Order: sequence, then structure tokens, then C-alpha cells
Amino acid sequence: MASASDQSGMTQSSPGLFDISLIVNGALQTVRVPARRLLSDCLRHDLLLTGTHVGCEHGVCGACTVLVDGVAVRSCLMLAVTADGARITTVEGLAEPDGSLSAVQQAFADCHGLQCGFCTPGFLITITAGLAENPDPSLDEAREIIGGSLCRCTGYQNIVKAVLRAAELKRLAEQ
Amino acid sequence: MKPPPFGYSRPESVAEAVAVLASTGPDGKVLAGGQSLVPLLNMRLATPGHLVDINRLTELAYVSVAGGHVMIGALARHAQVLADPVVAAAQPLIAQALRLVAHPVIRNRGTTVGSIVHADPSGEMTAVLALLGGTVLLASTGGERSVSAEDFFLGPLESDVRPDELATQVSLPVLAARAGCAFAEVSRRSGDYAVCGVAALVELDDAGGISRARAAYLSVAGTPLIIDLTEACGGAAGGAGRAGGAGGDLAAAGRLAMARVSPGSDLHATAAYRRHLAGVLSERALAGALAHARGRSDG
Repeated sequence: MASASDQSGMTQSSPGLFDISLIVNGALQTVRVPARRLLSDCLRHDLLLTGTHVGCEHGVCGACTVLVDGVAVRSCLMLAVTADGARITTVEGLAEPDGSLSAVQQAFADCHGLQCGFCTPGFLITITAGLAENPDPSLDEAREIIGGSLCRCTGYQNIVKAVLRAAELKRLAEQ
Repeated sequence: MKPPPFGYSRPESVAEAVAVLASTGPDGKVLAGGQSLVPLLNMRLATPGHLVDINRLTELAYVSVAGGHVMIGALARHAQVLADPVVAAAQPLIAQALRLVAHPVIRNRGTTVGSIVHADPSGEMTAVLALLGGTVLLASTGGERSVSAEDFFLGPLESDVRPDELATQVSLPVLAARAGCAFAEVSRRSGDYAVCGVAALVELDDAGGISRARAAYLSVAGTPLIIDLTEACGGAAGGAGRAGGAGGDLAAAGRLAMARVSPGSDLHATAAYRRHLAGVLSERALAGALAHARGRSDG
């Protein structure tokens, strides 16, 4: 059987390890990972970006959601090698360069959209992507946006309010 | 909850991908969206020796409509298929089903062809392939072959894809002029696997009566179950029932479905509850499909 490096067009630096590059929150990162490294673990353990939380590790809870080339995906259901060359946005990349909160982050603070905060990074990313696609969601659409994320504290009411508040903040900022 | 070690290839073309699959044999497993495979890896329910990552095969990231068929390439994500207005117009059942596939974030990554190949008996798109009588195109170093829906599903999580083959495309017929379709399902929470689901397809005759009614059932058998409900709801064959009820006898169709399914019990629902749902959801899906067909005929 041909070696993986021959067939993949990738650099396999030593047996079973691959050199990949990711643009994470605007910064180019190069990492050496085994093929089985999940993107979530690559972000947390290799790049020390521990804002991306890992809850269930099988795609149910949504805590690990990040943007890959602008699209919200579960980082626990993606291999880091698959993401080679992609632009990744984690919760650490949501605030403005001057440190001021993004509209979604501000809305969570305004509406008490979190208690323990474990699920919050995934919600912030998911809602950021959801509002980019639908800037003026109805109440039902707001629920649909967050339907794939679990929160054990809030009962969701304040998170739904935060989705609508974030949309409002974005509209106000554009005026 | 971490994947076991495996070999990894990331081919840049279909030719390269099938060459790797030919060399890896039974060890090889195709990775597309990974929304079913990676959970299986994380939970160590699957331990393939070698993953063939097809995420660089952008030549397969297409959705198109031509020659009376919707063609979906192996790298088309659910979200891409769902958002395509041409597909929605050509075969509305696809979007009706995809809206029920997991959550938006999962649909961003998961592929429609991948979910069909995965052959989960609770998968919406497996039911759509079976109901519409679509085909799956399989490529290997030996060439291509096309498998019809009725031959494709062998059992739960088992489809007729050989280890050296890559499913490159699924083809689904467009909706006929005087036809309508609908999808109805019950799940414990929005986006969860269906406890029971029914996809219905109804065709009308010139007088607006039901000439054909069929439905596909998910989560009640090991493979998508198709039941012909035409006679039960008073359509076609003799036409005796047609005059009696322009709306069709949907309750009778529901009773037939309840008699025909033999679901199992599990953590999520008892067999009796699933059987009950098969009846209720048959009526709902048929009513939806009938209204859809009449709306299209009038339009």
C-alpha cells in the first residue's frame, strides 16, 4: 500500500504525523498532529485556545462549535488534518480588536444569557453565524438557530432573548 | 471519546480516491462530512484502519437538475442542497426532508450522499431515496456502476457499497406534474432522530382523484420501508372509492400502515407507540401530499 503522504499530497513529517496550517482568529498557525487529532483538541491542546469547550464529543451538545471558513461546525466532529488551510474563528476571535464585545457577546451580557458559561462559547459562535445568515430572525427562527446547542442552566429563554437583542444591536450599529 | 489511530489519505481527485480505496481494501473508509462517522470513531464503535478524506474533491460539491433528475454530488453538504432553489422547485420532498435532518450546524458539514450511504434506518434521506426510486452512482478503479434504491439498502447501517468503491452521486427523479409530497415525523426534541417518520408521495388523475399513493417509513424497520397506500385511500384500482371521497380515505391508509409496520421498542419509544405514530403520521403526510398535489395542479 502506498504511504499516506504519497496519496494525500500532505507533508507527513514522521510516521503518522502531519504538518498542517490553520488561520485561527486571523493568525497563521502551523501544527504537527496525528490524523486522529480532533479540531477541538488541536485548538485546545496544541494552540492553547481553551475557549472552545468540549462537552459531549459526539456532536450533540454544541459547546465546541467554531467557524470554519465562516461556517459554524462542530470542532469535535472534524479532524484537524481535514481543516488544513482553513480559516477558523473561535470564541477568542469574536471581540473587536480593541477588546470591546461583539454584538452577540454584549447581548448575552445584557440579557443574562449565561449562568455557568460552559456552553456559552458554542452559543456565541452559533448565533454569530446564524445572524450573519439571517440578520432579522423571528422568535421561531431564533429558536431554530440555537436548536443544536444544549444549555443546562438557563432554560434557554434568556438565550433566545439574547439572539433577538444581538440582532437589534447589530442593526443599531449599522445606522 | 477520542478516535482510535488510523491511516489517513486526502486525495485531490476521484481517480486518486478510488486508487487509495483499491489499495486499502476492507481497511478503508471514506470520510466526507463526518457527522455520523466521527461520532462512531469518538465512541470507538468503528475502528477503520485507513480513512480516505474526500473533502478536497470539490469536483463532487455540486447539486444540479437535468434530464428529469436532481443530481447530488458526494461533497454537497445538506445545507447547500437545502438552500438550492432549483432543487426545491424540481423535487420539493428533498427540502421537506432535509429540514428534519439534525440541526443547522450539523447540516453545514454533513453530506446528503454520505447520509444515504450510512443507511441509518432513521435517516430522512434514505427514505427519500427509497420512496422516489433514486439511484446511487459508485466509482472504483474498475469503472462505475449504478445501484437502484431498492437494491441499495441491505440492512441497518449497511448499504451496497463495496470497500473499494466511492459513492460519487445520488440521483433523484423530479416531482411529476400532478403529484405532491410531504414529510411528517415525531422526534423527542427538534433535530433528534425520528421516533417515527413518514414521507408520502401522491399522484392525481385527470379528475383530481388519487391515482397513486405511496409512503416511506423511517425508524420502524432495518431499511426504509415502502408501503403502497393507493387502494387503502380509495385511489386507482377500480376507482370505486374515488367518487366517495375526493379527499381520499386517509384514515384507512393509516390503519393499513399500522398493520404493515413491525417496529421495535427501545429507549425512545415502545413498539406500540411507533405503530400508533405510523398510522397518525401516514394520515398527516398523505393529507399534506394531497394538498401539495392539488395546489400544484391548480397553479
